[in-house]
Amino acid sequence: MKLVGTERVKRGMAEMQKGGVIMDVINAEQAKIAEAAGAVAVMALERVPSDIRAAGGVARMADPRIMEEVMNAVTIPVMAKARIGHIVEARVLEAMGVDYIDESEVLTPADEEYHLLKSDYTVPFVCGCRDLGEAARRIGEGASMLRTKGEPGTGNIVEAVRHIRKVNAQVRRVVGMNTDELMTDAKNLGAPFELLLEIKKLGRLPVVNFAAGGVATPADAALMMELGADGVFVGSGIFKSDNPEKFARAIVEATTNYRDYKLIAEISKELGTPMKGIEISTLDAKDRMQERGW
Amino acid sequence: MLKIGVLALQGAVREHIRQIEELGCRAISVKSAKDLKELNGLVLPGGESTTMRKLLDRYELLEPIRASAAGGVLMFGTCAGLILLAKEIVGYDTPHLGVMDIVVERNSFGRQVDSFEAEMRISGVGEDIPAVFIRAPHIAAAGENVEILAKHEERIVLARYGQFLGCSFHPELTEDFRIMKYFIEMVRENTNVLAH
Repeated sequence: MKLVGTERVKRGMAEMQKGGVIMDVINAEQAKIAEAAGAVAVMALERVPSDIRAAGGVARMADPRIMEEVMNAVTIPVMAKARIGHIVEARVLEAMGVDYIDESEVLTPADEEYHLLKSDYTVPFVCGCRDLGEAARRIGEGASMLRTKGEPGTGNIVEAVRHIRKVNAQVRRVVGMNTDELMTDAKNLGAPFELLLEIKKLGRLPVVNFAAGGVATPADAALMMELGADGVFVGSGIFKSDNPEKFARAIVEATTNYRDYKLIAEISKELGTPMKGIEISTLDAKDRMQERGW
Repeated sequence: MLKIGVLALQGAVREHIRQIEELGCRAISVKSAKDLKELNGLVLPGGESTTMRKLLDRYELLEPIRASAAGGVLMFGTCAGLILLAKEIVGYDTPHLGVMDIVVERNSFGRQVDSFEAEMRISGVGEDIPAVFIRAPHIAAAGENVEILAKHEERIVLARYGQFLGCSFHPELTEDFRIMKYFIEMVRENTNVLAH
């Protein structure tokens, strides 16, 4: 008996990425730089989040040719983004053999009420979350990996910090609660009861949770690891910097050795100007990608 | 108490540590050469082998691990760890540690959508052992002193070469500890021999 697409196979894939950095790339050349720097996977995109933000309009799944080009260029796993609730974009990416799909708020949602039923697919999914309720709903739908939403394309870590702290604080609270208190908590969080039971039993989330959305420097990556992230997604930061090779290596090293402050000082030297960044309070509500998802 | 290290640069470190501790041994996270001291065994976990190699180079761990191997430390590699152990990797000019007399091929069962689980019968270990294959490599050829312990679809997926044990799949992702127990028995026998 040979079973594909089981929960263990899908979640296990994300377990293998722990402690690593997943980098946004827009072509084969960038993918090779990311692989050479030690990325555990790449996210193949048509535009990085900061450019999506700048361009405005509707952001959709990338041109399949870009995914194909990136898949042929590297041996590490290749991820790609589908719009929230866009069943066909997700099925197309699965048919292409993409290794992981990000049902992502960075793209314009296709459905403002329902997310994908991710348990239906053979390919695993990663989804964004801001709190335990959102995390548990995504796991309930079949997500095999989570990431904080943060505020993508801003180069501002503040939202990712808020989200990882909130999720982890809520996990700790659930673990400490009596079982007879969990149903009311499930109601308040908007989380499936069975998942809260599982979290209490395990003492942690049942899937890995990476940091994403605003990581702009090696110190930002290390901060997210310190706060309990299992790994880091870096979007606009790397290939918007002056020296992507050096920047990518520095982010990987800071993630692996997030408590080696002397090393972080060393690798942060002369990295050039990081992306300018956006102060969150200057963003209009309609420009806040983290509000997408339900 | 036996001390078993787990290479802790990236990947499924926590899962191996849990199995080692539940089997009554002390687990040590290995992040630098000094952590290799006084180990009885070393586990090379699953993860991304390309990434692990970059990190092994950067933290100057490749030579110290080879030295531990030469000094007789038993080693167990799963998936990416198997690739690290192999003497030859199909399509690559140079190996990583290059200590186990096997040729491995990477991603040989396909991409993630082809990843699967199956139940295995393993010589000397048991039957119905759950095995999770994730973008898994396989052993394409093995030297004459390599003991082949399991095959899947005619491909070698678990083998032993003296002090080295390597498998294509991830026993660490399951609740079945028999393969880790087999490795710990290998370590225990070796440690007893050294003690006499």
